[in-house]
Amino acid sequence: MSQPPDGSPNTPLLDRADVRVKHATGISGAFEAFITRVKSGDLGFLPVIVGLLIICTVFQILNPVFLSSANIANLLFDSSTIGVISLGIVCVLMVAQIDLSVGSVSGFASALVGTLWVNQGWPVLLAIVAALVIGALIGAAYAFLFNWLGMPSFVSTLSGLLAFLGLQLFLLRSTGSINLPFESPLVSFGQLLTVPNWLSYALVALAAVGVFLTDYRIQQRRRTSGLSTQPMGTVAIKALAILVGLELIVFYLNQTRGVPWMFGLFVCLVIAMNYALKQTQWGRAMTAVGGNPEAARRAGINVTRIYMSAFMICSTLAALGGVLAASRLASASQQAGTGDVNLNAIAAAVIGGTSLFGGRGSAYSALLGIIVIQAISSGLTLLDLSSSLRYMITGAVLAIAVIVDSLSRRSRMSSGRG
Amino acid sequence: MSEHLESAVPRGEPVLSLRGISKNFGAVSALTDINFDVHAGEVVALVGDNGAGKSTLVKVLAGVHQPSAGEIFFDGKPVKLTDPSTALDLGIATVFQDLALCENLDVVANIFLGREKGPWHLDEVGMEIRSWTLLNELSARIPSVREPIASLSGGQRQTVAIARSLLLQPKLIMLDEPTAALGVAQTAEVLDLIERVRARGLGVLMISHNMEDVRAVADRIVVLRLGRNNGILTPDASNEELVSAITGATENSVTRRAGRRAQREHSNEASS
Ligand SMILES: Nc1ncnc2c1ncn2[C@@H]1O[C@H](COP(=O)(O)OP(=O)(O)O)[C@@H](O)[C@H]1O
Ligand SMILES: [Mg+2]
Repeated sequence: MSQPPDGSPNTPLLDRADVRVKHATGISGAFEAFITRVKSGDLGFLPVIVGLLIICTVFQILNPVFLSSANIANLLFDSSTIGVISLGIVCVLMVAQIDLSVGSVSGFASALVGTLWVNQGWPVLLAIVAALVIGALIGAAYAFLFNWLGMPSFVSTLSGLLAFLGLQLFLLRSTGSINLPFESPLVSFGQLLTVPNWLSYALVALAAVGVFLTDYRIQQRRRTSGLSTQPMGTVAIKALAILVGLELIVFYLNQTRGVPWMFGLFVCLVIAMNYALKQTQWGRAMTAVGGNPEAARRAGINVTRIYMSAFMICSTLAALGGVLAASRLASASQQAGTGDVNLNAIAAAVIGGTSLFGGRGSAYSALLGIIVIQAISSGLTLLDLSSSLRYMITGAVLAIAVIVDSLSRRSRMSSGRG
Repeated sequence: MSEHLESAVPRGEPVLSLRGISKNFGAVSALTDINFDVHAGEVVALVGDNGAGKSTLVKVLAGVHQPSAGEIFFDGKPVKLTDPSTALDLGIATVFQDLALCENLDVVANIFLGREKGPWHLDEVGMEIRSWTLLNELSARIPSVREPIASLSGGQRQTVAIARSLLLQPKLIMLDEPTAALGVAQTAEVLDLIERVRARGLGVLMISHNMEDVRAVADRIVVLRLGRNNGILTPDASNEELVSAITGATENSVTRRAGRRAQREHSNEASS
């Protein structure tokens, strides 16, 4: 037995007993560990944050309006709709599947809300719930085709793309588009409503305190259990950085329009999804299924149910994104969800660092990725450049993101980090 | 090493009984009419040549494959192992030959996969402590339980897979070539562990190609050949008996070599 018996005066910590392993300590140690991790291909959010900084610098130099408070508020409004769709894409990518129909499903959902609410006179909430339920059923259909008929998801969702686009055109066949009542809460939500200043500061403070307390409790428990701990300084600095950074951003936004409620909803969904993926048994199962479905099955995980949940969440969020897009545009049109919506939603997740190969990703990648895409789009619009250039630049950024994903995967393999 | 007496091992009730188990993959019959029992507090070794069907049998008992025919009794009751979670819930833990670990998850996540503490809010600290306890029991040399499995060596992974099988406090543990990737000290540790597990009254089904390991811990040796039962031996069976049961040949180069060695040893003993 290699471990010294317990009770000796300097019993090593439970996870520090192996003397051959170098363990970084303190704040400089944490930084060193970060560098080692990046070198071995575990890049995390580094590429997308570097990319965002470059994009902001370039556009700010070309047009000083770019980083103005009002423009950023606008950018956040625009990010929320596709961002919600992209959050669903993160889910299917986690289990190494894809949903190519999210654009069509979002367009179909907006047409459905327009028809049921405006044309049929349903209460707006009921119309939205109906659209979300139909979204969930669409996901269930994909999962059924995948689980029981073995149909690859890129094929089933490709046919879904066409089918639901057809349904959307059919619903709107007489008028081409349905205008949503301008004074309705749904439209103000998508165009005007922002979080009151005091509330925005309070929520950010609450988030920072929450992060600090969670980390503090974990470190406390690790200490009493004889596991290694982070120095309290690191914990405090992290929470303080979140507090100051976010309060400054909110303060800057509050100079003009403030923080859109719609963006607040998106961020709440991102936080909830992050919790679900990282802190629950379901999230663990999603990661396992994405990494090695057979190993997950042998561990007793109900793999078909995990695929089912991933596809259903994805199309439900796509439908929600469609409703938000309708509220943003104050209409449900035949163009909704077409064009680049689909690819932007998928690109955002990948640009944000969720792997196309499955088993590796984060809800925050939807948030960061969609901000990158919308920043490019907004910057080019400010420069009066046509959409042709926008497509080309977004395409190039996506290509870079996929290359980074592939290269980091390769370097993870060679340095053995899966 | 193998000095424990056959009769001294307390035999409990049969934990697991197989009656006429067969498994076909299309036209290939991987298993045909397999019968044997594993008792509580007993180590049964399953030996056989490559492709004899050992891993297939383990997978049938783990609920990974469904048998084409036959009955399985667990704790005296007939059971249908329709999926891996049924087997796990009954108390059948398995270390698969290919380990079945998720490379993208860390050691703690792999040990607790599917059985996490706190389904709605994972108890990471609790799981980490339990993982270290299990790994220390196996004298594992794992640098960090928070690194992805992909960064571990073959032996370390094998230890993680064994630690995982112990987590649920099963009634029967099946180990498919558990020492294949292990070094000398770790192999001894695993054999030690198998004896401790037996002492606790669990049933153990162990597959190994290493006859020394088999003789060291097994109470009975079940031989598979081409998917069929080819004899049930005791560990004091001679090497020739074992080899001929495994290969089906009554005489081949191995038995001849073994014969020569036995003769040599015999004459050595006589001269000393
Ligand atoms: N999934 C499968 N599909 C088809 N044939 C299989 C499958 N698994 C195993 N076999 C066949 O079953 C036989 C027994 O294999 P296996 O149980 O792995 O042998 P062992 O573990 O004893 O070396 C082999 O002939 C192998 O080709
Ligand atoms: Mg085998």
